[in-house]
Amino acid sequence: MRAVITVIGKDMVGILAKVSTACAQANVNVAEVTQSILDQYFAMIMLVDIDGMTCSLEELKNSIDASVPTMTVHVMHEDIFNSMHRI
Amino acid sequence: MLNMKDIMETITMIQEEHLDIRTITMGISLLDCCDSDIDRSCEKIYQKIYHHTKDLVKTGEDIEKKYGIPIVNKRIAVTPIAILLAASGGDPVKYAKTLDKVAKEVGVNFIGGYSALVHKGFAAGDKELIRSIPQALAETDFVCSSVNVGSTKAGINMDAVKLMGEVVKETAQLTSERQCIGAAKLVVFCNAPEDNPFMAGAFHGVGEPDCVINVGVSGPGVVRSALAKMPKDAPLSEVADLIKKTAFKITRMGQLVGSEASEKLGVPFGIIDLSLAPTPAIGDSVAYILEEIGLEQCGTHGTTAALAMLNDAVKKGGVMASSSVGGLSGAFIPVSEDAGMIEAAKAGTLSIEKLEAMTAVCSVGLDMIVLPGDTPAETIAAIIADEAAIGMVNSKTTAVRVIPAIGYEEGQILDFGGLLGSGPIMKVNKKSSAVMINRGGKIPAPMQSLKN
Repeated sequence: MRAVITVIGKDMVGILAKVSTACAQANVNVAEVTQSILDQYFAMIMLVDIDGMTCSLEELKNSIDASVPTMTVHVMHEDIFNSMHRI
Repeated sequence: MLNMKDIMETITMIQEEHLDIRTITMGISLLDCCDSDIDRSCEKIYQKIYHHTKDLVKTGEDIEKKYGIPIVNKRIAVTPIAILLAASGGDPVKYAKTLDKVAKEVGVNFIGGYSALVHKGFAAGDKELIRSIPQALAETDFVCSSVNVGSTKAGINMDAVKLMGEVVKETAQLTSERQCIGAAKLVVFCNAPEDNPFMAGAFHGVGEPDCVINVGVSGPGVVRSALAKMPKDAPLSEVADLIKKTAFKITRMGQLVGSEASEKLGVPFGIIDLSLAPTPAIGDSVAYILEEIGLEQCGTHGTTAALAMLNDAVKKGGVMASSSVGGLSGAFIPVSEDAGMIEAAKAGTLSIEKLEAMTAVCSVGLDMIVLPGDTPAETIAAIIADEAAIGMVNSKTTAVRVIPAIGYEEGQILDFGGLLGSGPIMKVNKKSSAVMINRGGKIPAPMQSLKN
């Protein structure tokens, strides 16, 4: 099972590092990362493997929220995107 | 592989455009709770509803967290209580209080089914239940009530229409201290669907299974913002196509949530009701969609045509996205819950007469319309009769949920707060319909009923 983590907000040093650390602590493996910066606006999408996850998706979101408090974070199961955008 | 554009589109829909699952509604049959003793009947009802719904709210919240999609309401719909009352007799308000108690206990937002189906006539229990509606809605918080007074097959029961005119008014009077809120929890139907998950008209039809999960999806904001990106000279066929595609995506999400909820609760999945249900939040408005299509303000000439296209395109998109689409599915036009409708009504662009025309092509009917407090019960009954006639002849569901604002006059505002919004008191035709309404009897079923 995989989940999608998105982090959006003003760019600063160490966002990727902090989010990855939170993932590692929950035993969540990062499968793919796409990030872009436009006008100091940072947007990152991470596809992660949650099979071995040691906490719930909500706890993972809370711990990422706490590590990058100024950013908007979404953690969502990948099925929602698959069902909306794939026939 | 998922691409960035799709992911951002979903997140924008949820974050900016108010996409949500409007409701997960569990339908429960109470037929096996029937008892000749009303207290025993109430006890069985409480036990059965509690047993099935104790995990409903928690399951809804878990799904919200898993997919990051808000599920605004968790609700319960039950077998029309008039059927149980027929067996037990006694004071029907006891049933309303039992439903209210269990709804509070399990933490749902509403419980629907304080209902009677009287389109062809009154059976035992029906009249008693209908007469008790004002008191039941005044003395409970979460109970919703509905009465079906007509159908394409049976015609319109005008005795029931007359009675409902009085009941609507009395319900408003008994709750006049609380913005006449009782009347906002009461719907009068023609061709009522048995699997509608939306309140206040939800009940669990007798043809339904013992227990079932129905899901209502919404998203007027998503449709509006998709249309906003379209050039103003794009032909209407392309507009309809875009609405279809958007409705498809929204419904797929509902299908996912519905099947997950059904699996987690161990209850069969019923239907998805894809209805564009507006909320007072900015941008979450069906009127704005119509204005985006190209009307200066909702209610002007062309509104009915634009709404007909919208309603149809929403259904077409939804049908392919779900294994089973049902309920009302289409576009709701509740005046007080829709920022654009409120503005249009205040500006005088949107009148009751225009709304009535719109109900011939939208998914339901005259919804959340605030009337002057001195509107006679016969006039309210006549409004119900007009609406039922539109439903009967067009083989569609129509409904009336009007709120006579006791103590208010035309032009003032009645503010409910929350999801119910606020409504300007609308102008009602002052000429009397009393003689016609007082005739009673039945309007016979139309030719459309003879399909066999």
